[in-house]
Amino acid sequence: MSAPKDPVRVDRRTFLQVTLLASGALAVGVARPQLLSAAESEEPWVANLYVRIAPDSAITIVSKNPEAGQGVKTAFPMVVAECLEVDWKDVSVEQAPLDDRYGRQVVGGSRGTPDGWDDLRVAGTAAMYLLTAAAARQWKVAPDECTARDGHILHPATGRSLPYGELIETAASLPVPEISALKLKSRPADFKLLGSFVPGIDNHEILTGQPLFGSDVRLPGMLYAVFEKCPAFGGRVRSANLEYVRGLSGVTHAFVVEGTDELEGLMPGVAIVAETWWQAQSARRQLLVKWEPTQSDSSRAYAQQAEALREEDGNTRRSDGDPDGALESASQVVEASYHYPFVAHANMEPQTCTALLHESGKLELWAPSQNPKAGRALVSRVLGIAEDRIHVNLPRIGGGFGRRLINDFMVEAAWIAREAGRPVQLQWTREDDMRHDFYRPGAWHHFRAGLDTAGKMVAFDHHFITFGRNGKPVSGAGLSPGHYPAGLVPNFRLRQSLIETHVPTGPWRSPGHSAYCWAYQSFFDEVAHAAGRDALEFRLDLLSRSYGEPPLDLERTSGTLRTAAEKAGWGRDPGKNRGLGLAFHFDHGGFCSHAAQVVAEGSHIRVEKVWSALDVGPILNLSGARNQVEGAVIDALSTAQLEISFAEGAAQQGNFNRYGLLKIGQAPDVECHFIQSDHSPSGLGEPPFAPVAPAIANAIFAATGTRIRELPFARAGIQV
Amino acid sequence: MTRINLNINGASQELDVPEDMPLLWALRDILNLVGTKYACGIGECGACTVLMNGLPVRSCQVKATAMEGKEITTIEGLSADGKHPVQRAWNDEDVPQCGYCQAGQVLSAVALLNRTPHPEDADIDSAMSGVLCRCGTYVRIRKAIKRAAGYAAEDGSAS
Repeated sequence: MSAPKDPVRVDRRTFLQVTLLASGALAVGVARPQLLSAAESEEPWVANLYVRIAPDSAITIVSKNPEAGQGVKTAFPMVVAECLEVDWKDVSVEQAPLDDRYGRQVVGGSRGTPDGWDDLRVAGTAAMYLLTAAAARQWKVAPDECTARDGHILHPATGRSLPYGELIETAASLPVPEISALKLKSRPADFKLLGSFVPGIDNHEILTGQPLFGSDVRLPGMLYAVFEKCPAFGGRVRSANLEYVRGLSGVTHAFVVEGTDELEGLMPGVAIVAETWWQAQSARRQLLVKWEPTQSDSSRAYAQQAEALREEDGNTRRSDGDPDGALESASQVVEASYHYPFVAHANMEPQTCTALLHESGKLELWAPSQNPKAGRALVSRVLGIAEDRIHVNLPRIGGGFGRRLINDFMVEAAWIAREAGRPVQLQWTREDDMRHDFYRPGAWHHFRAGLDTAGKMVAFDHHFITFGRNGKPVSGAGLSPGHYPAGLVPNFRLRQSLIETHVPTGPWRSPGHSAYCWAYQSFFDEVAHAAGRDALEFRLDLLSRSYGEPPLDLERTSGTLRTAAEKAGWGRDPGKNRGLGLAFHFDHGGFCSHAAQVVAEGSHIRVEKVWSALDVGPILNLSGARNQVEGAVIDALSTAQLEISFAEGAAQQGNFNRYGLLKIGQAPDVECHFIQSDHSPSGLGEPPFAPVAPAIANAIFAATGTRIRELPFARAGIQV
Repeated sequence: MTRINLNINGASQELDVPEDMPLLWALRDILNLVGTKYACGIGECGACTVLMNGLPVRSCQVKATAMEGKEITTIEGLSADGKHPVQRAWNDEDVPQCGYCQAGQVLSAVALLNRTPHPEDADIDSAMSGVLCRCGTYVRIRKAIKRAAGYAAEDGSAS
């Protein structure tokens, strides 16, 4: 292998890396200098980033982020292939393990696309630049006389053509180009492959049952583990009938894990390891543990506290103008309270991780984690193994939704495997998963809106009662003081109160937004209705002016609202017992509005259709993008029917019989419209979710006159 | 432990299983056929669906020992090359998101099409209602089943 070329520094962040590998392949990628030096101190640099072109012209594109169904393993390589002018069928994709040289390797915050966009285009375009320059040199012509198509560089003037594979040696010997000299494709009009409908790269493996997911890992000599934790979050083990359990069929180990008191780390519990998972789980049914609970939180007590806090002022987080005066002098005041419960992630694949402690002392993990780097740090800290001695493979994730940003399952598997002295696959049951989640926290929103004589909203007072620990909002309970309608009304106040909780909470698909958007957008509907104004006209008017810094891009938001309304035929009579509803939102870089149509059949509501309009910039993979929107509509409708409640410090729901996800017969049609602006692309995992529930709830109001102010819908007597 | 003989994907397999072990775990942990997925363990979600004599069953709810003499088809054995009409349709409509529930979805769809070659939406909703998907692929499942019906008809007329 030749030494890497001197990297060209283009800014403080990025290096372009070009290497001829021992195999004869050309590897091109980008790297971050601070991470590069850390990685280089350990082992020789192996350039393996983003794209490899082999002497036989085979193209391999490395997908650096974990794949959880968000489609990144297909969309990212498409970006490279687009820049490289190769046919998609000639490209193969390789999943990267956790490796600091790749930079951020996280599924979360819809940030994969915006973060990867530049790096991927730079890698693909730099490879293209070098191959073109190599051909031009061989032919003794100017590079700009050459073009590229289907994996060949062409010289149209003379009809000459060379496949990429024959150019890589020359390409590797050329000076690495300045990144600023590369012409990056950026607009939908420039794309050939991007924006088209490309089926997922793993479809064949999924549809033929090939090993792909975390729970599919099988290692020689591997054992299977279950891990029982205290049903009441945080409880410790006082004693357990371990001797008895060890004697049960197939059981190889049973031991107490003392753990720590860190909810997101290694919690105390009892591990049972056996030859098969069924034997471990069967033995667990005979396990008797005396627990020492540390708290006894309950939903009932939360509700009582919320009621008491309602009378208090709360902590003022933002105040614009004179909210009290404006409410006092308003010609009409609309007041309403909204409440939603905690919900679980309920990924179809319950948490799992496989761990192998090699004889060398290196620890190898197969972790379906959305944030494997944080997981590696956690494992390192708890087990006392240096991070550079921990290798993390990234199997496909059976549903993320934010749950696997927290890596408790990784540290449990690592600990149990070390104790057992054998490779171990930890597989949680559904009940473990639902009872030991990091839930989306519930909240109460008390709104007051003041209208002037023209029906314009001139004052907005919002008391947000949510959950906290040690005086700070818990994860998932945040609300930015700059969130709309701040900045859209002249007199605005946000007050916040906290209920102390011991329940683990965490990011849940579009954290915060996925819950409170329903409250805001339902209340806007109430305000419009009270003012005698059309729900679309009221919203467009609200988005037509700002007071100070606008809280969101008014143009792009209004654009999605207009499109969704137009496609749904807003203003038409939807028919008997039918209603149309609207909602808009902005989060995680994406603008989205939905219009929904429902039909009431007694107390039963059928959601017939949802029209979605999004502005997330250019669409990379049309199939993946639509999938995220269709999925978000169904997921959000599903979640609006669900609730996790607590008693004696524990979750009361443990499986799908009491937490029933939406079924196919309840799923609406979804018609998806993308406004493909020239803005750089943002992700799509989150933006379509938040405005679904309010669009549907507003449609239910239009059809039935029932205003849903509490979730799940069933609390308002609505069955979907 | 009990020694049993199962007919899985057309091949006879001899294996030792704990007497009460569900078929799901015999497939996954003894035969290493990991395409069949665990998700609820109580027959509520359908992720573990396999075909028994052509009918969909929840493999977490039937004992392996009770499967002797039955023809079991798992996702691995649906076709030799992944070209069963349902597999092709599932790819062409790009149904999977995370993909974890899809073995159960595909096999349930195969069973439906075997009985009802040209299903209406109501047939689809009823046959597929026991297979949950958190990613929300239902819109495409409906389309893919109709597409698969078309592929199967084409295959039938071609042969």
